[in-house]
Amino acid sequence: MPEYAFHAYLFAAASAAAVFAIVDRYYDRLAQLPPLTIDGKPNYNMGPVKFATVAAMLWGIAGFTVGLYAALELAFPVLNFDLPWLSFGRIRPLHTSAVIFAFGGNVLIGTSFYVVQRTCRARLAGDLAPWFVVLGYNFFIVIAGTGYLLGITQSKEYAEPEWYADLWLTVVWVTYFLVYIGTIMRREEPHIYVANWFYLAFILTIAVLHLGNNAAIPVSLFSPKSYIVWSGVQDAMVQWWYGHNAVGFFLTAGFLAIMYYFIPKRADRPVYSYRLSIIHIWALIFLYIWAGPHHLHYTALPDWAQTLGMTFSVMLWMPSWRGMINGLMTLSGAWDKLRTDPVLRMMVVSVAFYGMATFEGPLMSVKAVNSLSHYTDWTIGHVHSGALGWVAYVSFGAIYCLVPWLWNRRELYSLKLVNWHFWISSLGIVFYISAMWVSGILQGLMWRAYTSLGFLEYSFIETVEAMHPFYLIRALGGALFLAGALIMVVNLWKTVTSVSELEAAPGVRPALAAA
Amino acid sequence: MSLWSKHAIFEKNSIVLSIGVLVVIAIGGLVEITPLFYLKSTIEKVDGVRPYTPLELAGRNIYVREGCYNCHSQMIRPLRDEVERYGHYSLAAESMYDRPFQWGSKRTGPDLARVGGKYSDEWHRDHLRQPKSVVPGTVMPAYPWLAETELGAAHIADDLKVQAALGVPYTLEMIANAATDARAQATTDSPSAGDLIKRYPNAQVRDYDGNPDRISEADALIAYLQMLGTQVDFKLYNDKANIR
Ligand code: HEC
Ligand code: HEM
Ligand code: HEM
Repeated sequence: MPEYAFHAYLFAAASAAAVFAIVDRYYDRLAQLPPLTIDGKPNYNMGPVKFATVAAMLWGIAGFTVGLYAALELAFPVLNFDLPWLSFGRIRPLHTSAVIFAFGGNVLIGTSFYVVQRTCRARLAGDLAPWFVVLGYNFFIVIAGTGYLLGITQSKEYAEPEWYADLWLTVVWVTYFLVYIGTIMRREEPHIYVANWFYLAFILTIAVLHLGNNAAIPVSLFSPKSYIVWSGVQDAMVQWWYGHNAVGFFLTAGFLAIMYYFIPKRADRPVYSYRLSIIHIWALIFLYIWAGPHHLHYTALPDWAQTLGMTFSVMLWMPSWRGMINGLMTLSGAWDKLRTDPVLRMMVVSVAFYGMATFEGPLMSVKAVNSLSHYTDWTIGHVHSGALGWVAYVSFGAIYCLVPWLWNRRELYSLKLVNWHFWISSLGIVFYISAMWVSGILQGLMWRAYTSLGFLEYSFIETVEAMHPFYLIRALGGALFLAGALIMVVNLWKTVTSVSELEAAPGVRPALAAA
Repeated sequence: MSLWSKHAIFEKNSIVLSIGVLVVIAIGGLVEITPLFYLKSTIEKVDGVRPYTPLELAGRNIYVREGCYNCHSQMIRPLRDEVERYGHYSLAAESMYDRPFQWGSKRTGPDLARVGGKYSDEWHRDHLRQPKSVVPGTVMPAYPWLAETELGAAHIADDLKVQAALGVPYTLEMIANAATDARAQATTDSPSAGDLIKRYPNAQVRDYDGNPDRISEADALIAYLQMLGTQVDFKLYNDKANIR
């Protein structure tokens, strides 16, 4: 298969580049490994963090652009251009992987490497290992993304990459865990800071989910195709155990860790309640795992499993809002900063969106509601209120904080531009999610509408045609969201290139009080 | 010492914290997933569900490759409007040989679980080549390359072998004849049709893509679409016996 050969060449080229880089580094090496501390202060390793931050922005722009393209394809199907690699069925997974795994993943890896060093006051464990994690992870993204366009996919939602990409990711992920925990073990502080609990839960759980859901046997070593070991109803349950917890641990626990570090830092306030954080993490991770079957309501999954899924999803509302309250109340005494600091505002609004998505989610988990919402754009609206409002916003906030810290700049180039970014993309989110709510509920009601004679009122194609105006509004919302992100890129670029350096050495920023 | 201070065990030891996380997340998954493998009621007892023929399997793999699941579900829920629109609600038994399952989560297009036999082969041919030619208001992409691409099913026996290893009841005979069966099923009046049907009861044998000179990807995909949801005879199926 030429597509598979292409990936083999990519692997070969990447290995050659890696060997070259390692040998080159060997010749240029310092007499010893970089010191762990300099003058008693930790000698932080920020190179991989910088790389991941830049990668996150690039993938973010790419992922939003592909999302916009997918939205336009639904509004104007000619944009499929009758080409395999542009057709919606291949573009949509490219979008979801680009935003979740490429953009979100780089944000998580970057911030986790930053936060773990700062809160432990220790240099990242390993010398080559942290670089292997960021480079290896981004290589995985390239293999996955080009694979979809070439038609290499398992067609399991959010787990589309084929077996060899999955194996590679496993190696990278295990290294990630070792670097992370190795750094924690080097810590100077007796306590592990709360953000690290969440990062650790995210790293471990994603590993378990990834292995469980991708258990597959390749047809041969020379074929990209594999068959999953689970089948039918069991595969469905395993898939949504994975899928829902990709939401719960990738898009939630990981980003909650960001909330627990960056909001207190930016607001200059300790975390609101330490006890609340303890209840938050354990209740959240315990309950989340159970919620998968709410993706399978009224399907051929046995009823007992659906009922369990529904019950735990409704309970999940509690720890979710506990987390939201902990994030928001961290601002007590500093609410005035919301007026003057658009970066903080972005993060606080993200927590509010988190609250909204985690209220809507339990509602949609109730079977009666789900019978209407399932299969419709309502789900898409829910997804993007979480994805745009929560995941993307808290990431933007964190990156706005990180760039001046990492490149040692006095401040951001322009807070005014942050303000523009905030308002333009907020308008975009409002367009996007309100269009999807209306279209989703409309679609659901049209499917089940009956005439007075007892016949189904609408043919399927009528319900498709009714979606057109909402698809246009959604695309407009997506375009605004993308425009906001482009403003951000300009702002960050200017920050690095034209803002003056901070005089004081890095590392003197006061350590975060372990609240 | 309050209870809260006991939590320090987790905060001071990264290994204990990691183990704590793993234990807590293991519970829900184990309780929900493991019973599905041994509770007999998980999959209904019905007659008629057989493994895919090599041609249907190749067609299914094209369905998977093109990501049709992004717009189509294959899971009819037991709700009045769905049953009237699409047919009898889907059974777990009907997807027991599906690797991966393709129930889907979004219906940009209609459910396909029982699309088999709903349209003629010509309709599917035209629809896949250019959906707008049969349904002007559609948003489905066109797939003109399927009818133009030779089906690469020479090694389909390897696929059957892997599935057999995973527990799908493919016999040695089925595996040995896989490639010929794939060709036979896409050829009208094929002399080996009899053997094929003995191996795979109710398999439909004909030239699906209207081009007898070539066995194309469209042949395989249409063969798959035309068998979807047709295996169980619902006149004989006893709903009550399978209430779960
Ligand atoms: C952009 C989303 C989209 C994708 C991707 C897509 N379809 Fe469709 N499909 C539709 C829509 C909308 C309809 C309803 C209008 C029509 O018949 O074209 C439809 C209708 C159908 C129908 C007719 C169903 C019926 O009961 O009338 C079949 C069969 C079908 N699609 C097969 C496929 C196959 C096979 C693929 C993958 C190769 C695919 N579709 C990919 C959107 C999509
Ligand atoms: C410019 C911004 C964006 C646009 C225009 C956009 C557009 C889209 C479109 C058109 C779809 C397909 C919907 C359908 O099948 O009907 C989609 C799906 C999806 N998008 Fe986005 N998106 C954007 C940003 C994001 C971000 C930032 C994330 C995550 C962090 C995200 C996550 C997802 C997910 C998970 C799905 C799949 C939903 C499902 O299967 O239910 N999107 N998006
Ligand atoms: C308490 C928390 C939450 C609950 C109980 C919940 C519940 C749900 C439910 C019921 C669905 C619809 C399933 C269906 O009908 O197919 C869904 C879909 C989804 N939710 Fe949530 N949700 C929660 C929070 C979130 C958050 C914070 C995000 C972050 C982005 C998110 C992302 C998604 C995605 C991506 C899907 C689409 C999956 C798919 O079908 O492809 N959810 N959720």
